[in-house]
Amino acid sequence: MSSADRISAIKSSLRVIPNFPKPGIMFQDITTLLLDPKVFKDTVDLFIERYKNENISVVAGIEARGFLFGPSIALAIGAKFVPLRKPKKLPGEVISEKYILEYGSDCLEMHVGAVKSGDRALIVDDLIATGGTVCAAMNLVERAGAEVVECACVIEVPKLKGRERLKSCGIPLYALVES
Amino acid sequence: MSATNSDQSVTDDRVARIASSIRVIPDFPKPGIMFQDITTMLLDPVAFKDTIDLFVERYREKDISVVAGVEARGFIFGPPIALALGAKFVPIRKPNKLPGAVISEEYSLEYGTDKMEMHVGAVQTGERVLIIDDLIATGGTLAAAIKLLERVGANVVECACVIELADLKGRDHLGDKPVFVLVSST
Repeated sequence: MSSADRISAIKSSLRVIPNFPKPGIMFQDITTLLLDPKVFKDTVDLFIERYKNENISVVAGIEARGFLFGPSIALAIGAKFVPLRKPKKLPGEVISEKYILEYGSDCLEMHVGAVKSGDRALIVDDLIATGGTVCAAMNLVERAGAEVVECACVIEVPKLKGRERLKSCGIPLYALVES
Repeated sequence: MSATNSDQSVTDDRVARIASSIRVIPDFPKPGIMFQDITTMLLDPVAFKDTIDLFVERYREKDISVVAGVEARGFIFGPPIALALGAKFVPIRKPNKLPGAVISEEYSLEYGTDKMEMHVGAVQTGERVLIIDDLIATGGTLAAAIKLLERVGANVVECACVIELADLKGRDHLGDKPVFVLVSST
């Protein structure tokens, strides 16, 4: 099946839930994609095809929906999978990166020693909005001395300009569908 | 830590590597708990692949149509297994994370209660389901997940975990539901 056909099916499999988690937000729900084994496989395959010859040594997945896609990609390309988590979930020694939300701030953590100098990393999440979370993820990986090759998402929300934000940090974005 | 299987005496070289790739962190999340950290296994592509392969080999002939993974570490193992089996993946989540209509199941913690949720319509009556989590401790989480799935009429075939904390006797909490684990820790 061509990329275009697969991407079209992926887009159709997504469900939009209005006013979640709060009024005015049109939430892009990927759980319906996961209920279609062929579409889910095509999603993962599109990423694998793109990255398998890029010498990626780390796939960093952002909790929790990045965990749904990242590990399968890591397994197929022979890379380590590194979970990036909300505070206090990872046991042992971590490094933290704070990032700004619309109201307030949050924090992302990564294990010390998971990513090493010289690693080539891919950051994976289900969706990129403003890019705040992805930038925090990128900072964690770069602080460990690795290079972030690209950020890969199923969905991009263009009006929130995440792509531009990543570009200003020197990171390209690859997204399968735009909302 | 010994490498054992719940219901057969198969020993597999792969299990030894998986067992030694898991890291124990003392006193996390609180004093007295020896936390079984699977993130170090995820840093070993051979051990991680072998983990998935061992589950897939067990379930590939069992007509599993749904793999249900418990947030968040069940999300790491469940999807690759689902993809290999050609099954749907259904996330079981903490409250207020899933958008749209959900069903909830409350369950007991050491102090207080928690809740888990699943989407309405994700699983149909009669579907054959595998529940995945990284670890079984007291069995409280898995027991709640089983209840949630049985409430929609699903047939929970088995629960599968990487690690079992044998001393906590989680199996006893799951009634007649079998549990398959790769690594048993005391």
